[in-house]
Amino acid sequence: MYRLTEDLAIVQTLDFFPPMVDDPYIFGQIAAANALSDVYAMGAVPKTALNIVCFPEKMDIDILNQVLQGGSEKVVEAGAVLAGGHSIDDVDVKYGLSVTGIIDPKKIYTNVGCRPGDVLILTKPLGVGIVCSANRVGEASASAMEAAIRSMTTLNKYAAQVVRSFPVNSCTDVTGFGFLGHLHEMLGDSASAVIYSDQIPHIPEALHYAEEFLITGAAQRNRNFLEHYVQIEPQVPFGIEEVLFDPQTSGGLLVSLPGEAGREVLTELEKLGLPCGIVGEVVARSEKEIVVR
Amino acid sequence: MKKTVDATGLACPLPVVETKKALKEMSRGELEVIVDNLVSLQNLEKMAKQLGLAHKLETISDNKHVIQIAVSEKQGEAASPSEETGTRSSGGAVVVLSSDRMGNGDDELGRVLMKSFVYALTEMDPLPAKVLLYNTGVKLSIQGADTLTDLQKLEGQGVEILNCGTCLDFFQLASELGVGSVTNMYEIVQSQMEAEVIIKP
Repeated sequence: MYRLTEDLAIVQTLDFFPPMVDDPYIFGQIAAANALSDVYAMGAVPKTALNIVCFPEKMDIDILNQVLQGGSEKVVEAGAVLAGGHSIDDVDVKYGLSVTGIIDPKKIYTNVGCRPGDVLILTKPLGVGIVCSANRVGEASASAMEAAIRSMTTLNKYAAQVVRSFPVNSCTDVTGFGFLGHLHEMLGDSASAVIYSDQIPHIPEALHYAEEFLITGAAQRNRNFLEHYVQIEPQVPFGIEEVLFDPQTSGGLLVSLPGEAGREVLTELEKLGLPCGIVGEVVARSEKEIVVR
Repeated sequence: MKKTVDATGLACPLPVVETKKALKEMSRGELEVIVDNLVSLQNLEKMAKQLGLAHKLETISDNKHVIQIAVSEKQGEAASPSEETGTRSSGGAVVVLSSDRMGNGDDELGRVLMKSFVYALTEMDPLPAKVLLYNTGVKLSIQGADTLTDLQKLEGQGVEILNCGTCLDFFQLASELGVGSVTNMYEIVQSQMEAEVIIKP
């Protein structure tokens, strides 16, 4: 964040990655929605974006056009302007954006700041990493991939608009470190959380694929890192456990806000049409930072 | 039957996919999977644990890790999530020998039955994970006991033989112990709490 005046600041983010789906147009949409997501998680409004492209010179240029088309449509949907970009020749395709947004610096959401008494709300389903991983080995169903794509291409703009009218204590977007990884960051060192394993919005097939061990290396790295902070009660099914560690692409917002507001926020979020839910509560700091029940 | 899957160079979830394929083709035996990173190894370990298959992990170098998975016909039922595999697949059963006789009634008959029981144990597949001996049961594992050879055979095949220390002291037999290690009440309780089945003749 860079403050320009008393009530105006800019925020800048950058994210790019290789394709996780076959369709170049959809990949473009996902990469853009993912790059824009950071800005929404801070409570800011995206204004300008720059393309970042790696593309093999020998590959069909029409593929690149489709990627850029998908990306550009999401930038327009976000209400921002695509101001240019840069491309280089590379062995693999990679695409993403650098996004600049504006915000009143007094209203920025921090990603550390959960308070005891808060509820935790997640605005998108988990499990897209597992589903994409199953898809890579030809094991994902069409409906599971559809649900994952729908979630990944959805801008966090709409969820951000909903939570804006409530007193948010902390907000982040769930990406590579998985739900538990990002929650760990949000809790800082002054609060703990209890997570309701039966209330986690997820893509139903993800549980099944997890039980077939179609899981990623990144999820295991998340697990290794978080081991000491997280206690998972024995009755929690293995599939849900994996979903909680699963790295997400263009994941939802994870919002911590006072308990009274929880129900009302959820009702509004449900109208957006994606699986979402109150997934836990923030409690006073206890021995284990996160307990999954 | 022994089989090897070389999953080096494969990214998750492919090592798991290849391992599952190999497991499906095996009814029993040992499956060895080689991977080139620790995270893949951990994912395979997680799978073996969830499937209740006995397994053993070994890191040969930074980019060579091996998991050995024991496949038995009753896979997923009797197999133990324990990390030890003996020369034969070891199950999750814990055998408790709380007396040197088997059953109540005639003491002489009880001794004969116990000798026969311990011998029969050595023929089981899968073998039990542990044998716990307490009270007069510890007399089965001292020098000169007619059950000693069979208990030693079990130990040689990876079965843990645990003798109650208090009991050995009580009978003043500590110096004559011929097999297994000396344990305490904590471990005796914990072993039984964690057992899949407890067998008490």
